[in-house]
Amino acid sequence: MSTYYESKDLADFPDITEFAKEQGDDFFRYYNSATTAGKLTEREKTLIALAVATTQKCPYCIDVYTNKCLSMAITNDEMMEAVHTGAAMAAGVVLAHSLQMRKIIKKKEM
Amino acid sequence: MDSKDQLHILQSAPGCIPFHERVEHSLNKPLSADKIEILQINIGRRCNLTCRHCHVEAGPSRTEMMSRETLSVCLELARMPCISTVDITGGSPEMNHHLKWFIGEVGKLGKRLIVRSNLVILLEAEYSGFIDIFAENRVEIVTSLPDYHEDRTDRQRGAGVFTRIIQAMRLLNKKGYGQEGSGLVIDIVHNPAGAYLPGAQNSLGVEYKQNLLNIQEVLFNTLFCITNVPVGRYLEYLMKSGNFADYMADLCGAYNPLAAENVMCKKTISVGWDGTLYDCDFNQMLNLPVNHGAPADITDFDLQKLVDRKIVTGNHCYGCTAGAGSSCQGSTVN
Repeated sequence: MSTYYESKDLADFPDITEFAKEQGDDFFRYYNSATTAGKLTEREKTLIALAVATTQKCPYCIDVYTNKCLSMAITNDEMMEAVHTGAAMAAGVVLAHSLQMRKIIKKKEM
Repeated sequence: MDSKDQLHILQSAPGCIPFHERVEHSLNKPLSADKIEILQINIGRRCNLTCRHCHVEAGPSRTEMMSRETLSVCLELARMPCISTVDITGGSPEMNHHLKWFIGEVGKLGKRLIVRSNLVILLEAEYSGFIDIFAENRVEIVTSLPDYHEDRTDRQRGAGVFTRIIQAMRLLNKKGYGQEGSGLVIDIVHNPAGAYLPGAQNSLGVEYKQNLLNIQEVLFNTLFCITNVPVGRYLEYLMKSGNFADYMADLCGAYNPLAAENVMCKKTISVGWDGTLYDCDFNQMLNLPVNHGAPADITDFDLQKLVDRKIVTGNHCYGCTAGAGSSCQGSTVN
């Protein structure tokens, strides 16, 4: 395997059902239901998906959801704001976990 | 880039199954016309704008212009009972000196009459009279506004174009265009300002309506989402920006057999400025006249031979069959 990530591999996504088809089909039903308009608009869900794609550092998802944002006439500023929301959440999650560190410090130090 | 070079590039798109094979496989037959109900006439390639996505490569220096004689033959064709819609395009159609006369004559036929205007030209003193001419003849205006954000529209169509389109729309709204109950229709075309496919027409239509009404205080009737077809300046942009292979992969990957069933060429005949007949405006720019035994000049027009003609296709046709489909009236699959 020459590289781990190749953009052409994105086309393989529907083939997740290749093995364990039942679970794969279940996933796609869930995926389609969760990413199309419900109480939230498709536009809102697409921005959430973009934020998750970047925080999870998935190059395939970033490709798909950046293109989808462009297609939906979402502005560059709106996309970047969504990424900042994800980044702030990720930073907050890290900093919140410093509580464990601080608790240990306080227990161990004289 | 001349049409031969464009066709060569399109044919050699990496990983793209030739369109005619794809369509024959999915429809179990070659793509053929069903009827002729739309007469689309490209009356000239001169334009006051030089848009980066223009498949016609129109601009102020173009000289090709349909003559009064050819327009007279078009008028005779427009009289045929099978023609329900006359769709006038360009370039900027207003720059053809015979347009006023032609609209007056077609207007008398009581058929649906569309003019594809960039609207910017209506702010120029020489052409501002067309606002009244359009309204008097119940012309449906279709205009391209790639995005409801100024920066994206201006990147594609030129600096200051967004503001001028909005100014012209306000004048047309005052005339009654876009106003409920007026019967005067102005539709907007959304076409992506880059190398990506358009989103869903319904949801984008809602976004356009809210933004244009709330922020710009202008009204319109319907949004048409049109996929940029890789022809002319748009193809050149794809090549220069390194997006060609990915864009063709997107188009081919999004091939939709239902959209192939509904392509506009199945009910359209397209007339070039010199009277040559084509299956569509994109084929015009690729110099691909109607073929397969159908007469390719307006003076030899033969309804029987044209009505079920085999369509001349190429890989650019993937532009009309991707996703929800694309036509001059927007998406073709709900």
